Amino acid sequence: MRQEIEKKLNLDAIDIYGLSEVMGPGVSVECLEAKKGLHIFEDHFIPEIIHPNTGEVLPYGESGELVFTTITKEAFPLLRYRTRDITTLNPDPCICGRTLVRMDKVRGRSDDMLIIRGVNVFPSQIESVIMQTKGVEPHYQLIVDRKDNLDTLTVRVEINEKLFSDEVKKLQELENRISKDIKETLGVSAKVQLAEPKSIARSEGKAARVIDNRKI
Amino acid sequence: MQAEQISIFIENKAGRLSDVTAILAEAGINIRALAVADTSDFGVLRLIVDNNAKADAALKNAGFTVRKTRVVAVKVDDTPGGLHRILEVLKNAGINVEYMYAFIHQSGDKAIMIFRFDHTEEAIKILMEKGITVVDGKTLSTL
Repeated sequence: MRQEIEKKLNLDAIDIYGLSEVMGPGVSVECLEAKKGLHIFEDHFIPEIIHPNTGEVLPYGESGELVFTTITKEAFPLLRYRTRDITTLNPDPCICGRTLVRMDKVRGRSDDMLIIRGVNVFPSQIESVIMQTKGVEPHYQLIVDRKDNLDTLTVRVEINEKLFSDEVKKLQELENRISKDIKETLGVSAKVQLAEPKSIARSEGKAARVIDNRKI
Repeated sequence: MQAEQISIFIENKAGRLSDVTAILAEAGINIRALAVADTSDFGVLRLIVDNNAKADAALKNAGFTVRKTRVVAVKVDDTPGGLHRILEVLKNAGINVEYMYAFIHQSGDKAIMIFRFDHTEEAIKILMEKGITVVDGKTLSTL
């Protein structure tokens, strides 16, 4: 995606990381020289990587949850704030000359939050929209994919005898209605797909509820 | 004067239709007419069979979503313009056809079409007023 943007717009594209609780974008940023890892501004933020379950601090290079302590923020300081973002830290000197530690691109989350085209989505939010739709079973599955550099979200919802109609038009109306409700509530576009009863795996935790096919 | 159709929800994946036909075959049910409506991810299979109760039970037992729908079976002249005559009557009466399909029936000069209307009773009344033969479910299953 970066190469495509750079080629089409004739510019250098660099990754910027941030979170609103800290300051928004600008907590860390790639350098133009290397474009390999985001330098964290350690004069303002102390980063740590911890094991998401035990809280144990992990050594450089190991993958875990990123934690920040702010040194210079005054009104809203944060102490060992857990970002829920999974990444690694790299202390090796960079070709740009900066000695600031570099974090890798965020590889995942330690909670079940999904980021769909920049929108934060928790499966539980989709679930509550589905539950509000009259007659729909609370069995659903989220399939996240990436097509042409854009995230796509498909929500599979099980049909039942009450909702089933012999008219395709009515079934498609149902799909569109749920899709519209998701868009209105979460601000994210989703394709709703009706599925046969009992075709979605039961009670196997969040792993079965979400299938993320994106290769980030 | 209505006939009964069973509709089945089918996900659009290989082998799903044959799962249905396997169940019906095993239960000794004969399919008399069928139509499939499909979208990119699912389809609705509509069937007229010789034993609705048995088909319904067998399919539900196998986990399928099944629904019974009232449809109208109409005798159509098996000649050019036969179907058109019926559709003209419906058009003039302002009756909307949700969908229709042909019934497999080999005898004489009449064909049978299955119609699904949004206002079934009204449609039957109009058709009969115009002298068009509506076949009831009982007769249909013996054809």
